[in-house]
Amino acid sequence: MNARFEPVTGRYLNLDIGGRAHRLYVEEAGQGIPLVCLHTAGSDTRQWRGLLNEPRILERFRVIAFDMPWHGKSSPPTGWQDETYRLTSKAYADLVLTVCEALELDRPVAIGCSIGGRIVLQLALDHPDRFRALIGLQSGAHVDPYYDLDWLNRPDAHGGETCAAIVSGLVSPTAPDEGRWETLWHYMQGGPGVFKGDLYFYKVDGDIRNEIERIDTTACPLYLLSGEYDYSCTPDETRDVARRVKGAEVTIMPGLGHFPMSEDPQRFISHLLPVLDRISGKPA
Amino acid sequence: MNDPIDRLMQAANAHPGLVHRGRRLDTTFLLESGTAAALVQIRAGRVESVRKGPFVMPGWDFALRAEAEEWARFWLPVPPPGHHDLLAMIKRRALRLEGDVKPFMTHLFYFKALLASVRPDVSLSAIAPLPCDPEPAR
Repeated sequence: MNARFEPVTGRYLNLDIGGRAHRLYVEEAGQGIPLVCLHTAGSDTRQWRGLLNEPRILERFRVIAFDMPWHGKSSPPTGWQDETYRLTSKAYADLVLTVCEALELDRPVAIGCSIGGRIVLQLALDHPDRFRALIGLQSGAHVDPYYDLDWLNRPDAHGGETCAAIVSGLVSPTAPDEGRWETLWHYMQGGPGVFKGDLYFYKVDGDIRNEIERIDTTACPLYLLSGEYDYSCTPDETRDVARRVKGAEVTIMPGLGHFPMSEDPQRFISHLLPVLDRISGKPA
Repeated sequence: MNDPIDRLMQAANAHPGLVHRGRRLDTTFLLESGTAAALVQIRAGRVESVRKGPFVMPGWDFALRAEAEEWARFWLPVPPPGHHDLLAMIKRRALRLEGDVKPFMTHLFYFKALLASVRPDVSLSAIAPLPCDPEPAR
């Protein structure tokens, strides 16, 4: 037998978010500086399994990841059956701040990918004092539409298959099969309309093209890392953010796509470690 | 002639998992590459015919139109970023999807794998989940 437990602990956190009771699934591992991980639209905490198992990170960071409401093992709030889920900038930022407060985190680092990479920019704009550093993966200020979002949630199309097939090309063609299909499995498991509801934030409500110049990286450092195969948030779009935000540091990651931490965790961690060294003050 | 479209029927039908994935699919689509075009007819997931143009009054459910150089890059063994996926090409406005898009969108994994099937040394299981029918043959 080679059975073994990972160093990851999963628990359910009961708290009010936006005035409603929620039961939120939270995973964590390691100790030190809190590092809060925000998953992509339509997915869940399993994307962060690489970080949650990486000894070189866990020795210095308390890695925390939570499933957003409606995602993964965090159920929707009571009454969901009569609602259309739609994520807004305000609700998303409040969610992150509320969870950090509930866990009594002292100026954590937040790292987010895709919609998480966008909300990191919003947090840098509005709440730099609450964070030690912010890390945006596949961060852009805006994304052009390139398909009809209606296909993500139609009674005459299989939502899981469609969501996964829509994002499948966002994984680098050079990613290992294991990481690719783990990542796409998460998309196949999303609840109906949840991915689409997240994209309301990504494509409509969270457009901050006209605001990002106001980000003050002296108040909170901002690091941007993007995979080269991402066509949703392209490397050029990340470079554009870096050009407009004074002091933002950008890394373009060859051989990675839109889900770097999940499609090829080890390759991603090799890019992330130097950033974490900077944040934790470890000499290079 | 070394036109990848000439290999499409054999490459697709040789993959039982791809045919199985398309078992509910009957459609005809137009594949346009620059000024050349082909009509691809699919029945129950099998490519029944690939007819090359020019056409007078072609009938199809949907069309995929791109320049020949775009398809050439898409069919490289490891396509460069932006050329590696049908939706990536649509995002760049290099590929146009027109007509009744329902068969395409409800079988998106199928069509991504079908069009990639003529890439040299392609592993289709890196493009779509393609399990075969577990039912024993009767």
